[in-house]
Amino acid sequence: MATLELSIRDEVTAAPSRRKRKLGLLFWIASGWLVIILTLAILAPVLPLQNPVDMDMLERRAAFSSEHWLGTDGLGRDELARLIFGARASLTVGLIAPMIGLTIGGAFGLLAGYFRGRFETLVVGSMDVLLAFPPLIFALAVTAYLGQSIPNLTLILGVLGIPAFMRVARAATLTLARREFVIAAEALGASHARILLRELLPNVILPLLAFFLLGVAVTIVVEGALSFLGLGVPPPMASWGSMIGEGRDSLDVAPRLAFLPAAGLFLTVLAFNLVGDTLRALTDPRQGAL
Amino acid sequence: MLNFVVRRLLAMLPVLLAVSLLTFLIASLLPGDLALVILGDQATPENVAALRRDMGLDQPLWWRYLSWLGHVLQGDLGRSFRTGQTVLQAVAERIPVSLQLMLMAEFIGLLIGVPVAIACAARAGGAFDRFMTGSAFAMLSMPSFLVAILLIYLFAVELHWLPATGYVPFTEQPLANLRFFVLPALTLALAEWPGIMRVLRSDMIATLQEDYIALAKAKGLKPSRILFVHALKPSSLTLVTVTGINIGRLLGGTLIVESIFALPGIGRLLVAAIYTRDLVILQGVVLLVACGFVIVNFIVDMLYAVLDPRIRHGHA
Amino acid sequence: MSAPLLTIADVAVELPTPRGSLRAVDHVDLSLEAGRTLGIVGESGCGKTMLSRAVLQLLPKRAKLTGRVMFDGQDLAQLAPERLRRLRGRDLAVVFQDPMTSLNPVLTIGTQLMETIQEHLELDAPEARKRSIELLAAVGIPAPDQRLAQYPHQCSGGMRQRIAIAIALSCEPKLLIADEPTTALDVTIQAQILDLLAREQRRRHMAMILITHDLGVVAGRADEVAVMYAGRVVERAPTQALFKRMHMPYTEALLAAIPKLDAAPHTPLPAISGRPPDPTRPLRGCSFAPRCRYAASDCHHAKPALTSAEIPGHLYACFHPIQMTERVGA
Repeated sequence: MATLELSIRDEVTAAPSRRKRKLGLLFWIASGWLVIILTLAILAPVLPLQNPVDMDMLERRAAFSSEHWLGTDGLGRDELARLIFGARASLTVGLIAPMIGLTIGGAFGLLAGYFRGRFETLVVGSMDVLLAFPPLIFALAVTAYLGQSIPNLTLILGVLGIPAFMRVARAATLTLARREFVIAAEALGASHARILLRELLPNVILPLLAFFLLGVAVTIVVEGALSFLGLGVPPPMASWGSMIGEGRDSLDVAPRLAFLPAAGLFLTVLAFNLVGDTLRALTDPRQGAL
Repeated sequence: MLNFVVRRLLAMLPVLLAVSLLTFLIASLLPGDLALVILGDQATPENVAALRRDMGLDQPLWWRYLSWLGHVLQGDLGRSFRTGQTVLQAVAERIPVSLQLMLMAEFIGLLIGVPVAIACAARAGGAFDRFMTGSAFAMLSMPSFLVAILLIYLFAVELHWLPATGYVPFTEQPLANLRFFVLPALTLALAEWPGIMRVLRSDMIATLQEDYIALAKAKGLKPSRILFVHALKPSSLTLVTVTGINIGRLLGGTLIVESIFALPGIGRLLVAAIYTRDLVILQGVVLLVACGFVIVNFIVDMLYAVLDPRIRHGHA
Repeated sequence: MSAPLLTIADVAVELPTPRGSLRAVDHVDLSLEAGRTLGIVGESGCGKTMLSRAVLQLLPKRAKLTGRVMFDGQDLAQLAPERLRRLRGRDLAVVFQDPMTSLNPVLTIGTQLMETIQEHLELDAPEARKRSIELLAAVGIPAPDQRLAQYPHQCSGGMRQRIAIAIALSCEPKLLIADEPTTALDVTIQAQILDLLAREQRRRHMAMILITHDLGVVAGRADEVAVMYAGRVVERAPTQALFKRMHMPYTEALLAAIPKLDAAPHTPLPAISGRPPDPTRPLRGCSFAPRCRYAASDCHHAKPALTSAEIPGHLYACFHPIQMTERVGA
């Protein structure tokens, strides 16, 4: 489901020890998949792939062959190349946008949780306003004004992620600010900057990084949804979402054109969720895992 | 109780005001000249300047916001320069479709999520619980447009059981209307139930550890009564919250689902407005949706109070 | 004399924990006749609550119960779930420690009372309502008919415990288990609740197990007292006999821990030093030996068995029982 409504999940587990071991195996499979996808996406321009936007009207929806390993799409473009370049587009937006949220949201959350008072009220209040807009609708509306391009898309999805990161950082800071090591630093006369950067940040960054991976998953989904509607990554550039959208018209004759990018998207989102959720459980300050 | 309602209502006002300001700023500050968009690329600079004067675009920003807000408060959200329809007309026409879709989706989502959650909580850690928890996790990674494609492929393309796209009003052909709504509603519901199930499950597991559940067992009540009355009722508070949060997700979801299944709802209106660069409709719909979202959250809060006697009597 | 209403024979409860199996109840034998009161006394963590949960068959899911719990001629541990359910609430009732958590916060008091009555007594709603009002009046709640529509959070703690007692009494049970019924309450209310329990017990001729950490509570109210330590019964005697002449150093220490009204001001309260042993690592010798001021070397090498004292029915598990009759506080 496309949304930026990321919530901290409180899972009650009946058999924690068994669950942990099981997640361990899945965790490594998921990480392996992410490494493969990331490598392919980064190396896409130097891999011996065909040009993903070269059309061949004589070879439309061609079947698997030695020339086109995964066949061609509705405009005769090489499916394998489009899949890999699509991963490049989806991952670019998916990784950079949450970094914006992580940096800005994390900083605001840290400051709000440490200084409290009016500043906190103001920050939390403005985030509530941002949250009043259903994220997908907000993203669509702003894209309409800004125009379709990868940097614009990244910027919008990044801004949308700020409230969620702010909440995580603030919650973590609130818990940590009461711990002995912070109180001790204050008693020793450490400056605010020193406490924030040396004592709090290294501890808040861990839950934030775990949350970052979940943010990547959500961003990839939203980017996919926008591109699917033709309002995300501008054509003819490939993105998994736009490939699914294009493949939808030929579901009856060549369902693989929709299902191949769909599988790629699903597995990647699932992998980010799995890795992120495992790390979140490990770094949750409330469980004293730090 | 009345005191509580008034307090919450007052807290809502600044949020609504900020929402209106943000909506206005998005439309006004971002690059792109509205007059130029309306007149198209062939417009002469004189024509553009004239239209800008007509629309008040040459006024200072704060003045434009206040006059826009004044109109909005009088129910005047503007008029589409493509169709001539007012925003309110356009929205009123399409709201029944979106509401029907959201209600059906939430209903199916609850129909799947609640029984699964109860069954999982009753035997937490068992085979069924682990299977469903895993499935729910996987489903959370499944975007709705992906689910839609799968459902269309299965039920429309392969099995020919249901239509992939189309719409007739319920008042004209109720059965055909429902057939058109099955796949879109199911698409949204399949994305909804994992969230419902996960929250209710962990809440039920926590509730089942409570002393009063032990006492209910010691009272010799039937297991079904313990599960559905003693455990589900306190846990249903969370369910209401989740349902409320889901409205926002559902609104985003309807956008995609209405586009895929060609249902003439609010989401489709919005997407169409973007395709045709109908900025007045876009601004008006975004404002209405955001305000509606804030109000729905307020109603969820109220419902929470009705359900929990402790809040109702001001003890919590 | 007729067969006892409740016989606990060789009951042991093991709980799996991350650090290994924990023996919460260690081969306990007890019995209780109809209409009589048994007090079970011990520090928190001594297994008294687990023992009561074993009788009620309300142990945590992963707990392992061995031994027999014979109630009214049937072994509760072997009973089919449906027959057990019909027994609970009707013949076997319980009052839990904390009335703030033992009543369902989102159901009215009327619902919580009437559901038990209707479940077991085949009464229709108006009759169940009438009986509920009578019960609330019997446990000393003013304006009982108005209370029925209220929620637990609208009542005080003492009031809630009275309601919990009314629920327990609603089907005239043969046995009532009161698990620290006054621990969570105000001191001023404790005596009222205990007297209410004693009065209703006599009136309804039911048997009662009164669980407490306070020897003073059972003093005037129980017919027999069992003192538990580290999952075992370490001393058992008719109440009179016990207070006249206790043999276990642990019982003596428990008695000394009761604050006395007639003590001089600022007298330090004698507490039992040390902590109960780690139940996951059972000691070879007497479990109380590390804290016992009478302990000798043999206490650390073997567990003393329950042996009879001179008075019939008085049992104790100690190698070096206290011999003197004049004890602190006696």
